[in-house]
Amino acid sequence: MKILVPIKRVVDYNVKVRAKTDGSDVDIANVKMSVNPFDEIAVEEAVRLKEAGKAEEIIVLTIGPEKAQEQLRTAMAIGADRGIHVVTDDNVEPLSVAKALKHFVEKEQPNLIIMGKQAIDGDYNQTGQMLAALLGWPQATFASKVELNGDSAHVTREIDGGLETLKIALPGIITTDLRLNEPRYAKLPDIMKAKKKPLDSFTPADIGVDFTNRLQILKVNDPPVRQGGVKVGSIDELIDKLKNEAKVI
Amino acid sequence: MSILVIAEHDNQTIKPSTLSTITAARKIDSDVHLLVAGHNMDGALAQAANIHGIMKVLKAEHSGLEHALAENLSRVICDLADHYTHILAPATTFGKNVMPRVAALLDTQQISDITAVIDGDTFERPIYGGQAIATVKSSDTKKIVTVRSTMFDAVTPEGGNAPTEEVTAHADFDKTAFISLEESKSDRPELTSAGIVVSGGRGVGSGDDFTKLIEPLADKLGAAVGASRAAVDAGYVPNDYQVGQTGKIVAPDLYMAIGISGAIQHLAGMKDSKVIVAINKDEDAPIFQVADYGLVADLFETVPELMQKL
Repeated sequence: MKILVPIKRVVDYNVKVRAKTDGSDVDIANVKMSVNPFDEIAVEEAVRLKEAGKAEEIIVLTIGPEKAQEQLRTAMAIGADRGIHVVTDDNVEPLSVAKALKHFVEKEQPNLIIMGKQAIDGDYNQTGQMLAALLGWPQATFASKVELNGDSAHVTREIDGGLETLKIALPGIITTDLRLNEPRYAKLPDIMKAKKKPLDSFTPADIGVDFTNRLQILKVNDPPVRQGGVKVGSIDELIDKLKNEAKVI
Repeated sequence: MSILVIAEHDNQTIKPSTLSTITAARKIDSDVHLLVAGHNMDGALAQAANIHGIMKVLKAEHSGLEHALAENLSRVICDLADHYTHILAPATTFGKNVMPRVAALLDTQQISDITAVIDGDTFERPIYGGQAIATVKSSDTKKIVTVRSTMFDAVTPEGGNAPTEEVTAHADFDKTAFISLEESKSDRPELTSAGIVVSGGRGVGSGDDFTKLIEPLADKLGAAVGASRAAVDAGYVPNDYQVGQTGKIVAPDLYMAIGISGAIQHLAGMKDSKVIVAINKDEDAPIFQVADYGLVADLFETVPELMQKL
């Protein structure tokens, strides 16, 4: 069993992001960057499957700037075996990412792809489903539990109103939700070891995928600021305000 | 221009998210058709034909569509795509699951989770967990769009009289099988469409206190129950209670945040509520910066008092 885990370098989830004053984009100069949290969960899940003897090799892949190598090394410190890096400074849209991933799926022939359900920058929530469509593979999105049984997987999905369990035949794609697992912290020896793991770099031209965007960003604004209201001194005052001022109860 | 809306339903009833999606569709054009794909769905079909503003209901009936498997449903939608300039679905787990599959098969870059329609090509959508709003213009000839239903009012579910037309349903993908659905059982209103939401955070302290304080208050108000990620992670409540960037996005008339500090990721899920009330003993808690009415107090004293006086 070979598992492919695509990951993305994103602004760390603790960073407060603001729009640039000219409204052209968000301002992310000099902020902390990390592995997208959902992708880190995907790496952890793959490593647990390997530790349980259900997988032999984990390939981690990213499309991003030169510095995204840091995130590949983080994933390898958690336990991925080797890395693939498509180096580009472009802000690549999900459809193009899915096409690029398809190129590597055909080359590497993984049995399973585990990836985050969405990246916390663009918040698209598309790439896994798109890749499944392009490959004609089954998909199990928003996974909170994964059980591999030979050539199939039982996946429990977090959906509105409950938990749904699907059985997918492999090869297939699983996208991760937050509660699938809690990723480990990489230990120093593993971080050192990760620096020596194989990493192959490619250019967009090498893989022959057009990264031209279909969505033009006209402007990026801060959301309307919600004005804080008043402090009330007692429950009686609160009930009075809700009844007579806001009229919501 | 004709627009196709994909109905979210459980074969018996049409979900409120569909009604909001229709409102978004009608901001683009009034010729809106509704696809109802499922199995043994007389209930959903009857409701669909009744919805105000729907010009035609398309019925796709197949046992393989009973559970809205993305592999099958995407195929049905793609077969219809030629007739439409825009295809919209709610940005719920239903729409998020199936629409990117449709978009990829049509070689289209989907526009996810729109919060406003500027025109037929241009939409607003939140990025970075709602920390910024992007206005994006699509150059694709066909638009595949998911709609944040809390940002659009629901159309009236009555008053329409749309004809129903049966369409071919290809639903024979055999590599995915539905096994089971464990529904969260509740007599309370659904979190994403409730008029009032009462949410508890880590300050509530335990699952027991959640049951003793937050849930009865919600029942008194006829409200849905929500929770912060911290409360979910601490195991006080099941994870489908979670309100926030990585949970459910809500925008009720009244949102009561009790023992919730107001982390960015929680605010992203509730800041569009009409009226926000916060009860927290920490007066510096960030939740007070967005609350219309804040009460700095111990929730263990104030919540019982509130319940008694309501």
